[in-house]
Amino acid sequence: MSTAHYAILQKLLLTGATLLLLALPWLVNVAFLVSVNSCDIMGILALSMALVWGTAGIFSFGQSVFFGIGAYVYAIASLNMDGTAIPLLLGILAATLSAAILGYFLFYGRISEMYLAVITLTLSLLFYQLINSLSGPQARIGVVSLGGYNGIPGVPTLSIPGLSDSQLGYVPMYCVSAVALIATYAGLRMLLVTAFGQTIIAIRENEIRAELLGYDSRAYKLAIFSIGAAIAGLAGVLYASWSNFVSPDLFDLAFAGQIIIWAMAGGVGTLAGPVVGCFAIQALTTWLGTKQLTDTNIVLGLIFMLAVLFLPSGILPGLRARLVKAA
Amino acid sequence: MTMEIDPQPLLSTRGLTKRFGGVAAVDGVDFDLTDGELRCLIGPNGAGKSTFFKMLSGQTAPTRGTISFAGRDVMRLEPHQIAQAGIGIKTQVPNVFNGLTVAQNLLVASRRNRHRMPPAEVCDTVMTRLKLNDIALREVGRLSHGERQIVELGLVVATAPRLILLDEPVAGLSDAETERTAHLIRELHSEVAMIVVDHDIPFIRMIAADVTVFHRGRILLQGPCETVLDDQQVRDVYLGRQVVQHHAT
Repeated sequence: MSTAHYAILQKLLLTGATLLLLALPWLVNVAFLVSVNSCDIMGILALSMALVWGTAGIFSFGQSVFFGIGAYVYAIASLNMDGTAIPLLLGILAATLSAAILGYFLFYGRISEMYLAVITLTLSLLFYQLINSLSGPQARIGVVSLGGYNGIPGVPTLSIPGLSDSQLGYVPMYCVSAVALIATYAGLRMLLVTAFGQTIIAIRENEIRAELLGYDSRAYKLAIFSIGAAIAGLAGVLYASWSNFVSPDLFDLAFAGQIIIWAMAGGVGTLAGPVVGCFAIQALTTWLGTKQLTDTNIVLGLIFMLAVLFLPSGILPGLRARLVKAA
Repeated sequence: MTMEIDPQPLLSTRGLTKRFGGVAAVDGVDFDLTDGELRCLIGPNGAGKSTFFKMLSGQTAPTRGTISFAGRDVMRLEPHQIAQAGIGIKTQVPNVFNGLTVAQNLLVASRRNRHRMPPAEVCDTVMTRLKLNDIALREVGRLSHGERQIVELGLVVATAPRLILLDEPVAGLSDAETERTAHLIRELHSEVAMIVVDHDIPFIRMIAADVTVFHRGRILLQGPCETVLDDQQVRDVYLGRQVVQHHAT
């Protein structure tokens, strides 16, 4: 198969996947739809990792933190006011601002790659401890008790703007997530072919060269880190709306690590790879959970070891290499 | 009151010093370059040429001294600000965007053209001028060392700097490529000031410019190419050592 043929196959697969996602409500029962809905939401989170790590080369351990911030801010705001449009925006805004502030120190302080990973990892630990300990009668924001490790129950599902008691049902909520996933993916694809996107890729390839040509790499990295956080924040908002519940587990290490595993399994450097990895691993986890054959983590661990050995670049790049070489 | 007779130099350093621990890699260098001048910088390994370039391009902060460029103090500027001010550098080890094609590389650089010419136009011009059209769609990481050297030179040219620093532009090039580069440098010389660091004496003779000799972080001598290369002191510290090395190998 030639590169041109592969490009056609890629387009077909992409179109197929998009149509399947959109047609799913007519094809499966509601219970299945609800579980795919969570995959859609996590897929958006995977896209934020694909952008920050894969495209810009920033290894961030903190995408789950921005996801968690989006979820918590949405939960607190939506319980405090009528309607969910403003809480949705607040959730995304809070995630973006947090990333902008943190990113300013990381990039303008020229923190090296390794320390950036450690700092973002520490951030998730900090948030986990902080939210865990925010319990008791004093820990309230408006009418919402933060609830410490118990989390916040009863978070409203997104509603139609202007109609506060019109909370979305399972199927409309699914449609919102699916469209958000597809739109985010399409938006990022368009971003990457702009001058800005090409510069981001150039900076990933050789930061020194980009600076010696006159690009302020710090500003570009800060921008992409903030955009990535906005996407993670959007996913967090959708998650809180989907599960009607937020808890400190959103900030725990296992979750932070999972995002990296999705990206690695699917293929770092591609946009679709981490999403594919996310869907595959979530499906596998669910399936293993229902079988109850053995501990899920043991099987997942085994699969990762095999994947690293036989598909070190991830599912999508591995597939591409195999198909294109086969010709 | 006295009038300056010399035109204001384009680049001027005073007492420029860089210490690494107790060692001064560059030690109190006073260097002047007039606008449009082509200057060669030679000197044995460790003479401080690359460190000097790194300070001029903002990659290394000087310990002491001043750098002014086009009448402006550029000492504390970030590398991208120095690039925007009009200093372009081709580094010793080719710094290119390996994962991108030659055309994509040049397009990224063309967007930083100081005269804000349309990027696609700049890209085409540079590609034709450096004869890169045949390899335009090749990934730069897969090119030969010599081709990458020329691509990097193209990146610098695309930004239309006022001063180009070339750190060993012909290292690892074939004779034909070296000659082509020398020709290109002479051609560029009519448009832009240049400082060229190289060890390749035949190449230095090819571009036949004024030569500054660095030795142990200081300027040993400076003057027209033939005078400097024939100087006994220069032969002793630099050419002499090279001859000895040739015998040893």
